[in-house]
Amino acid sequence: MTLAAAEAVTEPSRSREAKGRSIAWWGMAVLIATEAMIFATLLSSYVFVRAASKEWPLGHIEPPELGLIWFFTAILLGSSGPMFFAEHGIKKGNQARLRLGLALVSIMGASFLGFLVYEYHELEFGIRDNAYGSLFYAITGLHGAHVAGGLLMIGMLQIKAWLGRFSAERHETVAVIGMYWHFVDVVWIFVFSTLYLSVHVS
Amino acid sequence: MTLLEERPEAGEEAVETIWRDAPGLAGFFSTVDHKRIGMRYIYTAFVFFFVAGLQALVMRAQLTTAEADVVSPEVYNQLFTMHGTMMIFLFNTPVLAGFGNYILPLQLGTRDMAFPRLNAFSYWVFLLSGIFMISSLLIGKQPDGGWFAYVPLTEKAYSPGINMDFWGLGVAFAGISTTVGAVNFIVTTFKMRAPGMTVDRLPMFVWSILSMAFMVIFAVPAVTVASLLLEADRLFGTAFYNAEQGGSPLLYQHLFWFWGHPEVYILFVPATGMISMIIPVFARRPLAGYTWAAASLIAIGFISFGVWVHHMFATGLPALAMSFFSAASLIIAIPSGVLFFCWIATMWRGRVEWTTPMLFALGFMLIFLLGGITGVMVAVLPFDWQVHDSYFVVAHFHYVLNGAVVFPIFGALYFWLPKMTGRMLDERMGRWSFWTMFVGFNLAFFPMHILGFLGMPRRMYTYPGGLGWEALNVIITVGSAMFGLGTLLTVVAVVRSRTGGKPAGPNPWRADSLEWATASSPPPHYNFEAIPIVSGRHPLWEDEPVRDAESGDDSATRAYGPEGAVRRETPVTTGLDADPEETMTIPGETYVPFVLALGLAVIFVGLLVEATLVGIVGLVLAAAGLVTWGWRTEADLK
Ligand code: HEM
Repeated sequence: MTLAAAEAVTEPSRSREAKGRSIAWWGMAVLIATEAMIFATLLSSYVFVRAASKEWPLGHIEPPELGLIWFFTAILLGSSGPMFFAEHGIKKGNQARLRLGLALVSIMGASFLGFLVYEYHELEFGIRDNAYGSLFYAITGLHGAHVAGGLLMIGMLQIKAWLGRFSAERHETVAVIGMYWHFVDVVWIFVFSTLYLSVHVS
Repeated sequence: MTLLEERPEAGEEAVETIWRDAPGLAGFFSTVDHKRIGMRYIYTAFVFFFVAGLQALVMRAQLTTAEADVVSPEVYNQLFTMHGTMMIFLFNTPVLAGFGNYILPLQLGTRDMAFPRLNAFSYWVFLLSGIFMISSLLIGKQPDGGWFAYVPLTEKAYSPGINMDFWGLGVAFAGISTTVGAVNFIVTTFKMRAPGMTVDRLPMFVWSILSMAFMVIFAVPAVTVASLLLEADRLFGTAFYNAEQGGSPLLYQHLFWFWGHPEVYILFVPATGMISMIIPVFARRPLAGYTWAAASLIAIGFISFGVWVHHMFATGLPALAMSFFSAASLIIAIPSGVLFFCWIATMWRGRVEWTTPMLFALGFMLIFLLGGITGVMVAVLPFDWQVHDSYFVVAHFHYVLNGAVVFPIFGALYFWLPKMTGRMLDERMGRWSFWTMFVGFNLAFFPMHILGFLGMPRRMYTYPGGLGWEALNVIITVGSAMFGLGTLLTVVAVVRSRTGGKPAGPNPWRADSLEWATASSPPPHYNFEAIPIVSGRHPLWEDEPVRDAESGDDSATRAYGPEGAVRRETPVTTGLDADPEETMTIPGETYVPFVLALGLAVIFVGLLVEATLVGIVGLVLAAAGLVTWGWRTEADLK
C-alpha cells in the first residue's frame, strides 16, 4: 500500500520539540494494521485448508526446498539494518548515511525479489494445480508485491535524498516508509515459517 | 508576526479565494474539501438507496399475489442479490461515512481531515465501484448468487456468466474506499482535535465513528480476501474454494462472516452515534451516562469479533449463516441496552421538543426494541430451526438494517442538512415523511414475522395460492409502497429546502457541539476562522460563543488563530490531551486522487472483461497517479 506512504509525504517539517508521533506515522500505523489483517487472513486460510487435508502439500507436490531461501530470508530481514542506519543518519542530518543506507536496502530487497522470481521458475507446481499451489502462490505473491511496493517507495526516497530534500528537521517520510519496510520484513517471518518451515517439520 | 502583516485577515475576500475551489468541472474533480466530499458521499449513497429501493418494490410487486408473473425467477434472483448488496455496500456503509466526513472534522474543531487527498480518493473509489456494480443492471446481468455469494454456487462451474464477477470485483473495489476512509477517521480523531478536547470530551458521534473505523480496519480485509479469492477461482482457475482440488468451500463462509458479523455493528454503531447527538439536543440536557455510553460503543466494537469466534467453536458452521443476525442481536443486547437506558434517561429528565429528527430517533428506538426482541427470539429458542431461512429472518434483518440504521440516517438528514446547505427542511413535510415511513415500515416488515411462522421461505420468486399467505403479502406490499412514498416525501422536502427553505443560521437547534459553532451554515471553506478552545463536553452550552484560540509564534500553535486559515493550515494536537504539537498544511486542489481511483477502476474493468490490455492501461494510470502523489508533496505544500 504505497498510497498512505504517498499521502504521508505531505508531512511538512516537524518542530524538534514535537512530542508525539506525526499524523503520517499514525496513518501508516493504521494502514499496517489492516495490511497485517490481510496477511493474517490468508495465512489462517492456509492453515485451515491444511488442517482439513489428509496430506500436505496436496497431490504429492514437492514443497519448496529450504536451502537458498534461508540465505535470502537473512538478506531480507537483514535489510532492516541499513534502513535503521539511514533513518538514524538523517536524524543527525547525515546525508551520506541516508543515501548509503537506502541504496543497501534497495539492493538487498531487489535481490530477495529476484530470488522469488527465480524460485517461481524452478518450482514444479503451478497456481492452478490444487489448493496448495493456489495458496502458496497467492501468499508469496502478495508478499512479493509488498516488497516491490516498498522498493518503489524507497526508490522515490532515494531520488529525493539525492535532491537533498531531507534534513535533520525534515525526515518524517523516511521514518514512515522505514516503518513500512520493517513491517514487510516482519510479515516474511510469518510467511516463511508457515509456508516453508512448517511443511518440512512434519 | 511581522511576516503576517501583509496577509489578509480570515473572513476577507482574499482569504475566501485562498480556499475557494476552481469553478465548474475543474473544481469538481480536484477538490479536497471534506465538506464537499461529505455531501457527495451522502447524495451518491442516496441515489443507490433509491435504485435498491426500486428493486425491492419490483420484488414486492412480484410477491403480492400467488403465482404472479411480473419477473422471471432469474430476474428475481438478481433483484434480491443486488438489492441486498447495494443497500449494504453502496448505501448504508458509505452514507455513514459521508456524515462522518462532513461532521467529524467540524465536531473536532479543525479545518479538514488528517489526509484530505486520501479522503477525495476514497470518495472517487466509492463512486466508481458503485458505477462498476450498477452497470451490471444496465446490461441486464446483475449478480444473482445472493448477497453473501456462497460458493460453490458462485463458482464458475455453477454461475458461468459475468454476473458474479460484478459482485466479487465490485465488493473488493468498494472495500478499498471503506478502508482508507477508516484510516482517515482514526487519525483525524487522534490528532486533529481542537485544544482542550480531551478524550472524555469527545462528542458521541465521534466515539461512534471511531469505533466503526476500528471495526472496519480489522474486519474488511476478510471480505476483501474472500471476494478476491473467489474471483481468482473464477477468472484464473485457482482452487481456493474448489473441493475437488483440495480447496474448501467452508473457508469462504468463515472469511465472509468474519467480516459479516462486525458489519452489522459497523452500520449500527454510527447510527447510534447519530441518535446520541440528536436526543440530548432536543431533550435540552446532556446525555445521561456519557461514560457508559461511550464505553458501550467501544465494547460493541470488541464484541463484534467475539461473536464470530463463538460461532467458530460452539455453533458449528451450518448454523453460521442462519444465526448471523440473531447471535449478533443476543450479544449486542448488553451494550446497546446501556445505550438505550442512556437515551431514555436523557429524555426522561429533559423536556423533549418533538422535531422531525427527534421523531426519527423515537421511531428508531421503537423499531430497535422490536428488532431486539425478535433477535433474542431467533438467538435463543430452538425454534430457530423452524424459522431458518424463512421470512422471519427477512423480517428480523430489516428491523435491524432498515429500521435501526435507516431511521437514524433520515433523522440525521433533518438534523444536519441545515448545517450543510444553510436552509431548514420543512417540519410539516418531515412529520408526514416520518409517519408514512414508520407506518409503512411496520406494515411491510411486521407481517413478515408471521409469514415466517407460516412457513414462507425467503428468496422464493413466487408461491402457490391457498396456503394462507396471500393477505399478508398484500399488506406487505402496501406497506413497502408506503415506506417508499415516505422516503420520497423527504426528497421533496430536501429539494424544496434548497430553493425556498428558511435560512438556518449557524445554530438552528441551539445544539452543543462544535459543528454548530461555525460562523455560518454552510460553514466557510476553512470551517473555523480561529480554532475554538474547548473547556467541556458541550462547548456551545458552556460558553457561547466559544472562545477562540490565538496563534503563538512557535511551530505548534502558529495556525490556531485566523492566521492559520489564511495559510491553509490547521493545528495537530496530541492523542490524549489535545495539546498543541505541530502544524499541518492542508493540500490544495489536485486531480491525483481521481486519476488514481480511475486507474483502479480501469484495472477492475480489465479483470471483469478479462482483457489484459485494459488491465495494463489501468496499471499505468494508477502508477502515474501514485508517483505524482508521492512526488508532489513537500514541494507544493511549502
Ligand atoms: C424500501 C424498503 C425495503 C423493502 C421493501 C425491502 C424488501 C426486501 C425484499 C422483498 C427482499 C427479498 C426477500 C427474499 O425474497 O428473500 C429483501 C432482501 C434483502 N434486503 Fe431489503 N427491503 C428494503 C430495505 C432494505 C434496506 C434499507 C436494507 C439494508 C440496508 C435491506 C437489506 C436487504 C438484504 C441484505 C436482503 C437479503 C438479500 C438476499 O437474500 O441476498 N433492505 N428486501
